[in-house]
Amino acid sequence: MQRAARIVCLIAGAVCVPAWAVQPAPERAPIPGGTFETILPPAEKVKVAKVRPFRMDRRTVSNADFARFVNEHPEWRRDRVARVFADTGYLKHWPGNTAPGAGLDSQPVTQVSWFAAKAYCEAHDARLPAWYEWEFVAAASATAPDARADPKWRQAILEWYARPATDSLPAAGSTAPNFYGVRDVHGVVWEWVLDLGSMMVSADNREQGDPDLKRFCGTGALTMEQKDNYAMLMRIATLSSMQANYTSSSMGFRCVTGPEPGP
Amino acid sequence: MKIWISIAAALLLVACGQQTTSTTSAPADTGGSRSGDFGPPQGEPVNAVLTAPPAVSPATGRHAPAKVIVELEVQEVEREIAEGVKYTFWTFGGTVPGSFIRVRQGDTVEFHLKNHPSSKMPHNIDLHGVTGPGGGAASSFTAPGHRTQFTFKALNQGLYVYHCATAPVGMHVANGMYGLILVEPPEGLSAVDHEFYVMQGDFYTVGKYREKGVQAFDMQKAIDENPTYVLFNGAETALTGPNALKAKTGQRIRMFVGNGGPNLVSSFHVIGEIFDKVQYEGGTHFQENVQTTLIPAGGAVMVEFHTEVPGNYILVDHSIFRAFNKGALAILEVSGEQRADIYSGKQADESYLSDKVGSLAPVAAAAAAKEAGTLTKEQQIKAGEVLFKGTCSTCHQDTGLGLPNVFPPLAKSDYLLADKKRAIGVVVNGLSGPVTVNGSAFNSVMPPMSQLNDDEIANILTYVLNTWDNDGGKISKEEVKAVRAGTKRPEGAAH
Repeated sequence: MQRAARIVCLIAGAVCVPAWAVQPAPERAPIPGGTFETILPPAEKVKVAKVRPFRMDRRTVSNADFARFVNEHPEWRRDRVARVFADTGYLKHWPGNTAPGAGLDSQPVTQVSWFAAKAYCEAHDARLPAWYEWEFVAAASATAPDARADPKWRQAILEWYARPATDSLPAAGSTAPNFYGVRDVHGVVWEWVLDLGSMMVSADNREQGDPDLKRFCGTGALTMEQKDNYAMLMRIATLSSMQANYTSSSMGFRCVTGPEPGP
Repeated sequence: MKIWISIAAALLLVACGQQTTSTTSAPADTGGSRSGDFGPPQGEPVNAVLTAPPAVSPATGRHAPAKVIVELEVQEVEREIAEGVKYTFWTFGGTVPGSFIRVRQGDTVEFHLKNHPSSKMPHNIDLHGVTGPGGGAASSFTAPGHRTQFTFKALNQGLYVYHCATAPVGMHVANGMYGLILVEPPEGLSAVDHEFYVMQGDFYTVGKYREKGVQAFDMQKAIDENPTYVLFNGAETALTGPNALKAKTGQRIRMFVGNGGPNLVSSFHVIGEIFDKVQYEGGTHFQENVQTTLIPAGGAVMVEFHTEVPGNYILVDHSIFRAFNKGALAILEVSGEQRADIYSGKQADESYLSDKVGSLAPVAAAAAAKEAGTLTKEQQIKAGEVLFKGTCSTCHQDTGLGLPNVFPPLAKSDYLLADKKRAIGVVVNGLSGPVTVNGSAFNSVMPPMSQLNDDEIANILTYVLNTWDNDGGKISKEEVKAVRAGTKRPEGAAH
């Protein structure tokens, strides 16, 4: 049934050739994995996280990519999606229910909920990256797998925050590739991660001293281990402010393949 | 009913105090939060009137506890921090400081925090006037395009800072996320002619002070507590020129002054006025006849004074380099009849030859001529001489000879005359490290002369090139401007 729908859609696409039907889906870059010092320690007194090899989209998912998805899976159209899966901001920047407006095709898709992003990846036999996978890739600069101690690199990332969110987004895949050949990791959009539900960091990072509140230990360790890594702090704060049906004009995503990370 | 009980209790306390401590007794305390609950809200809910600085919300005028609804919207906005310099502020209500909130002690405040859909960041609010963990921070954590709600009872009277407490807290505060909430005492505040809302904050940009263009937040400078700007109400021009605060003579002025920080403590002072009354730290008790009052970061103060003499009164942080080199200046313009009996104005102005710095008239003349396009080399030299004596002669000496082994000479200096354009860069950017001048080695530091504008540097250099038998030449404002524009600031450069 699903296959049939896809073929019809492709034929329709061939007839009217909407721009979103043309752009190829992102390729995936191999990520070797390994252990690294994480900003969110997995357990008390454990600073390192282990990441198994996986493959990650070289760029963020674009509006064109997502338009193909909603046309193949109309239950994810903004006029049909269940509210529990996406709030009222879902795809609100598109002029219609099935296609992004002119000029939006190549930009990273935003205003998508975690549920929608997850469904998109699953429809592509992939999944959202786990936080540690994302963080592992995001530690890389253009030349080094872990550039987090480089103040210049950090400042360059921070400068994204000096630009208002009302600026239009650059095309997905238009920023320079990092060490692994992955683009758009910093300075474009926030990105959903698979384990959003465990990103429970206190809204108030001054509460780090309270030992009763386990959910705060992430930030507590953070402020002790990498207290000047503001760029990553803000990403975590943002993810932890979002619930799975929330959407925002700065939140996009990409997919990965590989075994789901275990405990 | 409960009110009467509290008043009765307060009277009782006063009576007790007088009995036990003889004639110079301290006044009884207000009871703090223990005496701040006047029972459930009465009447229909009231919408709080929020005002943008420097305006202050009107007095509540209420005599019973009410339910007050506050709707505050977080907006991330790009605007000028100084002339030609843009910065992305994170704001409560679109302004720095955020909207002024005014309630009465005992009010039940239903607080709605809305985060504009265009925001990049989640935000929340910690009101220092809240009794409860985090001051509301965790309860108000709000994703972009969402709204949250929490309710508190304002148990303590006083003037309180509110601010964002989302990680990284320092950065949210440094970007302007603070404001004031006034919890009026039950009887209200005394009547005055003007109330103003002013808040100091320190700002950290990658570019140096007044470096044009869009400037990003500099994390390292913030951690080092080395601000680029120290400002009242979030911009260098927020309360100057046409935006100056205005009052008349013979008026009572009350200022609600906060300090958002994130780092600096303010030595708040109004040049030419004396605070008749200071409710220090925004509390209940007051000090009288105060020149300068400290405002901690995350603290506030209420000051009152009476205007007598017309003129401009300058609000400063009296840690004075902040005022003159980082922007901590605001102006209160007082109009009205002169009062020569109180302040005469200048009664004498005679030459006094020991004064090192001459009249600044040639500087003004040169600036006007430049504007009119009639500037001559001679005018430049005259203006440059005055400026040189005010700034450069301290080290290079009036004779241009400098000091042996310490400050290089400018008179017949081979280093200077070999490359006259290079001199522009030296003044704009400073010069440190070893140089050889007229055969002598110097290894010293000249700081960038950031206080001088392009005009002034052109005039100084033209003076230097045409004095002490130097072989002449002329530097134009345009040449200085070009050098300044072509200079890439090193990261974290000092101002």
